[in-house]
Amino acid sequence: MQNLMSHIRLTMARFTPGRAVVVAALSGPVVGALLAFGAVAAQEENVVTIDNFTFTAPELTVAVGTTVKWVNHDDIPHSVVDKNKAFRSKALDTDDSYSFTFASAGTFDYLCGLHPHMVGKIIVK
Amino acid sequence: MAKQGLDDRGKGLGRREVLECMVWAGTGVLWTVSGGIPHSVGLIGEAAAAEPTGFTFLQMSDSHIGFDKAANPDALGTLREAVAKVKAMPIKPSFIIHTGDITHLSKPAEFDNADKVFGETGVQVHWVPGEHDIIDEERGKAYLERYGKGSRGAGWYSFDDHGVHFIGLVNVVDLKGGGLGNLGAEQLAWLEADLKNKSSSTPIVVFAHIPLQVIYREWGWGTEDGMQALNLLKRFGSVTVLNGHIHQLAQKVEGNMTFHTALSTAFPQPAPGSAPSPGPMLVPADKLRTVLGLSTVTVLQGNKPLAIVDKTLAG
Repeated sequence: MQNLMSHIRLTMARFTPGRAVVVAALSGPVVGALLAFGAVAAQEENVVTIDNFTFTAPELTVAVGTTVKWVNHDDIPHSVVDKNKAFRSKALDTDDSYSFTFASAGTFDYLCGLHPHMVGKIIVK
Repeated sequence: MAKQGLDDRGKGLGRREVLECMVWAGTGVLWTVSGGIPHSVGLIGEAAAAEPTGFTFLQMSDSHIGFDKAANPDALGTLREAVAKVKAMPIKPSFIIHTGDITHLSKPAEFDNADKVFGETGVQVHWVPGEHDIIDEERGKAYLERYGKGSRGAGWYSFDDHGVHFIGLVNVVDLKGGGLGNLGAEQLAWLEADLKNKSSSTPIVVFAHIPLQVIYREWGWGTEDGMQALNLLKRFGSVTVLNGHIHQLAQKVEGNMTFHTALSTAFPQPAPGSAPSPGPMLVPADKLRTVLGLSTVTVLQGNKPLAIVDKTLAG
């Protein structure tokens, strides 16, 4: 727990709005309000954040022509790979991002090419 | 932090019991083969106390050269410290098996630095890639150009030494969404053919980056088709499975099979389910080196699992 707490402190120290999601997840109900706020803000900007080996929001619905941006906040590289090969990012190191513009409607299931248990979905309408 | 399974020397754990030990960063595990059966005889540093019988090899893992985040700002430095211990060994191991994640981002400079430091051991290294070693633009080309000579597919191969058949497998390529590590049909067919003419009395050591058996599915710590490989190995009298990836010791003896995961030389990862994610575990900077080489793996004779004894260098 000691380690976790120091991790939280470190995370707080470099806190930016984009990091609201992971801090909320770690800190419980007090920051829970921020979680909701962070998620809404992320959705408005069509940004999917990667924190703690998790895509947030895991499912995002956007209009055709929308550009979605993924940002990695972990200390470990991740990637964004469409199951059906519509898109594939290079490895994203800490704070690297990748953007893809969805030109046609459909459901896009994607994963992290390094850690395939990490999955997400973009629904384009 | 759970410490079950530690310091159980003499308690005679059952063969199927799992020994788990959360040790944070380490150097390498020295293995020796006597009577055709590989035993680990201790973490290096403790190796002087062991009595190798002429054939020893080291397992090192997860060097993550290029990693510079809070959990260890100098992964190259801690690898150098580990290599210094190898160089100081009174009896040189025959070779080193590196179970992957040599680099953090597959950059040429990272591979160069790793090669330079490992080269200082004067000992041959047999490599397999981790997922961090194949994230160059051409997805594994950099690794294969450097280490792939004589290998098949994404870099799998086998060789024989001192009557032991060694098999290096690759389970970090072509991973499927929601799944685990992956060997794939082509590699499994190769493995079947590779084993076909081997006598069941041949000791087998199989090594790969991600654990072949499932340790913790929620974090992807296992190989989806690992059981298919293990089934091909079932008829052999002695099978030792060496993996990395999880940056902590986990050991298990099941029938004639011994499973072992190695420590990282770079940074610790949390015990399964003990943290929000499997990301690098932060320990205070002044503690990192206190935990280096903290644990000793000792062999209890007979068919008992390896014993892990918690011991600090400071104390």
